[in-house]
Amino acid sequence: MPIFAVALAIATGAIIIALSGSSPVDAYKALIEGSLSDSKSIGRTLEKATPLVMGGLAVAFAFKAGLFNIGGQGQLVFGALIAGAVGYGITGLPWIIHTPLALLAGAIAGAMWGAIPGILKASRGAHEVITTIMLNFVALNMTDWLASKVWREEGVIVRTPHIESSAEIPRWGELPTGFFLAVVIAFACWYLLRSTTFGFEIKSVGLNPNAASYAGISVKKIIIMTMSISGLLAALGGAIETQGVVGRYEPGFNAGLGFEGITIALLARTHPLAVIPAAVLIGAMEAGGSMMQFKADVSPEITDIIQALILIFVATPLVVRWFLSQKEANELSVSTTWGS
Amino acid sequence: MVLKPERSERAFRFDYLGFIMSVNQTKDIKQFFFKKRWWVLTAVLLAFFTLWTAEFEQANTTSVLVSTLRHSTPLVLGAMCGLLCERSGVINIGIEGQMLMSAWGGFMVASASGSLLIGVFAGIGIGMMMGGVLAGISVGLRGDQIIAGTVINIAAIGITSFFFSLGRTLPSGKAQVIKLGPLADIPVAGRVLFSNKPITFLTLLMIPTLWFLLFRTKWGLRTRAVGEHPSAAETVGISVIGMRYFNVIIGGGIAGLAGAYLSLEAVGSFERGMTNGKGFVALAVMIFGRWNPIGAWGAALLFGYSSAIQTQFQFRDWLTNDPQFIGIIPFVVTIVVLAGFVGRARPPASIGQPYSRE
Repeated sequence: MPIFAVALAIATGAIIIALSGSSPVDAYKALIEGSLSDSKSIGRTLEKATPLVMGGLAVAFAFKAGLFNIGGQGQLVFGALIAGAVGYGITGLPWIIHTPLALLAGAIAGAMWGAIPGILKASRGAHEVITTIMLNFVALNMTDWLASKVWREEGVIVRTPHIESSAEIPRWGELPTGFFLAVVIAFACWYLLRSTTFGFEIKSVGLNPNAASYAGISVKKIIIMTMSISGLLAALGGAIETQGVVGRYEPGFNAGLGFEGITIALLARTHPLAVIPAAVLIGAMEAGGSMMQFKADVSPEITDIIQALILIFVATPLVVRWFLSQKEANELSVSTTWGS
Repeated sequence: MVLKPERSERAFRFDYLGFIMSVNQTKDIKQFFFKKRWWVLTAVLLAFFTLWTAEFEQANTTSVLVSTLRHSTPLVLGAMCGLLCERSGVINIGIEGQMLMSAWGGFMVASASGSLLIGVFAGIGIGMMMGGVLAGISVGLRGDQIIAGTVINIAAIGITSFFFSLGRTLPSGKAQVIKLGPLADIPVAGRVLFSNKPITFLTLLMIPTLWFLLFRTKWGLRTRAVGEHPSAAETVGISVIGMRYFNVIIGGGIAGLAGAYLSLEAVGSFERGMTNGKGFVALAVMIFGRWNPIGAWGAALLFGYSSAIQTQFQFRDWLTNDPQFIGIIPFVVTIVVLAGFVGRARPPASIGQPYSRE
């Protein structure tokens, strides 16, 4: 059914493109050309999709425990910056140690940053939607400060120096290796949630914290652990982006990614494996957006509108059911209350 | 939360309370200060801190307070939108998108028509339409409320950027300050309260009005009943769906006013993503204020103050080499207050759940 929602959204997007005076056929042709036509553009699609997979996983993982992590952005920039700092600051290591070390440093930074809202919720009842948003702004300012004062490259541009080649994640031909790493992590999340005691505890807390507590699960511990892992996943997305694509941290790194993570997690109905195709779809739209502007003169923001339409159709099964006349009520629900 | 009793009983209790108050007034006041001792302490500290950073000069103090009120206006409007929706059981995380769409629509209309007033009405109208979208998805189609709000946020960024053309201006300029006669000449207080721009005045009026409507009228009682226990409300003949549609659409209009404030009164133009997280901060303000307009105003003032104090820091040349540390003040204040002072605020019981009549 999500596939049908996507088709419906693309059809509606075509109408909007036609109304704004361009040819939808040309626009979509250019979009596909820019994202899927040859190995180079496929590489670019997967490159864009990598942080989206991680951001989507971060949101989806937290959803399983009934937590809404909107702080993906802040966790991501922290991971990206710390990975960049370790990547350039430590020299003389072989790549087999340096690359995972930088990734790990970024991931741990994100896990610590993600733990803050978890601790605040578990100990003080502060709602995570608010604290994660506030921490996004704090993280953006702090990374800005660190990049411009502490780890700044000599010169006028505010950015960290380029990482050592031993910390770079290599490309596999045109394809980014980081994407495959993200896929492996998605499988790990899926396994963790499906087949381990810890995953069962997370899902129990998400379904009914009172019942979970009655069954002897420490709800506070699960909340803190889940938020940490969620932060770790988002930060790994940033670290992979630094080490595999950009090569350094620059302010303005991947603005808005935290919110795309929400879109992807919802499109995937919070299933860790479904996050992968959802992220590739959105990544393809982003990779092809500039080609669409170049060839068909359609503003790339149309992809934002299509994303919103996909979400509408995914979120409202009733709409799709009118078209398909399905009977089963396959409704998606992620909202838990603000409640503490 | 205890629902207010029926009208006749309430009138009786009101008299009764008035009588008791006159007898035990001193004790009540003492109790009030003891109960709220943390708030009182914070207020005193803040007042002293303000005077100190302003070097005990009247002009500086006034400018901090004026700036506080200015920063708090869109936040309290956003919070009123949020609490109107949530009191009736609908989570609105799309306030950010509603504000952004209205800021854009209001600016485009005002720029094309040349009239600020028409622009503001257009902003409110667009906000109500966005409220209608939220209500349509989450109440009518019983979709998920968080997703519906996220849809609005993402769509707003896309639509406003897609259809925005650079180089537009407001032919009439942005809204001007209105002075309320001699009241505006009172030192500090007059400058702060009685010499403002139109939407700020309107907001100051709306706060007590919404409080009255919510806690002292039939509509308010019904709204809260729908938010706490929709099926019980339905059994006594209140239309849950109807109430939710109405409140979410009106709430959207209020968020629209906040958007119009940003583009037509505060800045005088439209910039991409100009709401800059204010819609989300408004949600924090709503929770601080415990889903109460007066409380939300207090919270918005606190947040506005922490934004206003940034200017004061620059004024006294503190941390000017590291502006990032000044930039995080409002957000850190929000987290500290949320974690430290407010404790566990309880939201309306039924929020987040779609309602269907069985």
